[in-house]
Amino acid sequence: MKFTAEEQAMLAGDYGTGTQLAMKVLAAIGEAYDAPYMVPVTRTHVALSNQEADLWFAEKLVAGGATCKIRPTVNPSFSWDNFHEITTLEPEDEAIVKRTHAAYTKLGAIMTYNCTPYLERNVPRFGEILSFSESSATPFVNSVYGARSNRESAQSALCSAITGVTPYYGFLLKENRAGNVLVHVDAAMQDDFDYQMLGYLVPRKIGFAVPVFEGITNPSKEALMNLGAQLNTGGNIALYHIVGFTPEASTREEAFQGKTPAQQVHITQAELTAMREELSAPGGKIDFALYGCPHFTIDQVAAVAGLVKNKKLAVPLFIMTSSLTRTLAQKMGYMDIITRAGGTIVEDTCMDQPCWKFLYGKKGITDSPKCAYYTKRRDMQFVIAPLADSVQAALKGVY
Amino acid sequence: MGKTYTCHKIAGGRVSGEIMFSKDPICFYLIDPKTGIVIEKEHCLYGQSITGKILVFPYGKASSVVQADGMYQLKLSGMGPAGMIVANADTTLAASAIIFESPMVNKAEPAFYEDAPQGMKALLDAEKGELILL
Repeated sequence: MKFTAEEQAMLAGDYGTGTQLAMKVLAAIGEAYDAPYMVPVTRTHVALSNQEADLWFAEKLVAGGATCKIRPTVNPSFSWDNFHEITTLEPEDEAIVKRTHAAYTKLGAIMTYNCTPYLERNVPRFGEILSFSESSATPFVNSVYGARSNRESAQSALCSAITGVTPYYGFLLKENRAGNVLVHVDAAMQDDFDYQMLGYLVPRKIGFAVPVFEGITNPSKEALMNLGAQLNTGGNIALYHIVGFTPEASTREEAFQGKTPAQQVHITQAELTAMREELSAPGGKIDFALYGCPHFTIDQVAAVAGLVKNKKLAVPLFIMTSSLTRTLAQKMGYMDIITRAGGTIVEDTCMDQPCWKFLYGKKGITDSPKCAYYTKRRDMQFVIAPLADSVQAALKGVY
Repeated sequence: MGKTYTCHKIAGGRVSGEIMFSKDPICFYLIDPKTGIVIEKEHCLYGQSITGKILVFPYGKASSVVQADGMYQLKLSGMGPAGMIVANADTTLAASAIIFESPMVNKAEPAFYEDAPQGMKALLDAEKGELILL
């Protein structure tokens, strides 16, 4: 790999051991992918997770004196302020979240604690080179905006934030962004929930590939959030195209860059229904409802408020969102409606965090397969249902 | 020494172990760090331990965070695989292997996939880009 004088200085340790480590990791990645050189990045997003590996790596960089050249936005951990009002936090969990906060703050990250940076605070333009981690974010910036990012890990994105560069390979090159599988969507795709199931099902049918969708018209931003999050959780798809909708796919030919699709598959409503049945716990009595994986938009918060207005929830209902959206919900009166019904809006929080221990061993309802996926390590069960149906279930305590 | 095959280094190291094939993609976060056992119900390796194995799999899956944490915890507990041979390595997987120094290669010769029986011992020299059936 060829390095510039500055990159060589970083590798040699002239900028301290933290920056040196970051550049070494990127050089190893570049070598693994046969990248010829590094290219500058103009935006970064780090999937901060507050998990052991995350903290270990961030503190190692801090100890080595590293700071971010391209300051990243970051993923949620949990809001200790919000959770003090909901549950009793274990001291070690609160200590680790504060240590993570301190480490990232020292590195110079912008502490947005939000997994939908592509909707607020870190919105790229077409063709911009990025280093984005977070499973719903990478497909969104690549596919919907036509910006260019590989499927970065939290650590590799942080290394790029520190050094300001990323190895030139993969989805940064136009030729690697061509679709290879044509996906005919025969299902009607009537609401955003159908996109959750589509996203989860497609990787099973096509494996590691760039899908090109036909038969999808005018998906909402929530539908696209859901689609990307599930494509990249159920499988490993960080780029897709929708013919006539996404910027690199004005026609089928453009989406495939003139090549013939290697495979064609059809997705039927029956398959989406079967997917949901497989992922969801059986119905019956539920103990709570949990939303916001990925973080809810103000429109989704408004939808929940509309459903619970002047009613009483039978079970606790939680919505995870950004601090900006939570403040907006407060201003617009949605928060008051939801709180009076017995629900709670929390900011800066991910469902895969120890602040939810009080729900372990219980059965919840959600609209997101991704939300249910990680709880396999946490002994939580989830019924997965469309948003309106699941809120109705939370009002009754049963689905 | 048995047959030798070429491969391409992602993360360096020289290790040996029994070959374990997975037709399904791997999420390291859904492997119990205490036992090395796959806890993902729908997975073809569900209930089996990957500890000390040369794990051969198509690609990694799941979010940009949890692969690293899964690998880190397996590293700390010593219950991780000895080495990994992957067909399609995404950056999340490759970066995790590099940072946590878990030997990993891709681009193994097609003949390897045809020849190597499940459970056979193999030596993986990621540094040299070599795979040897023992």
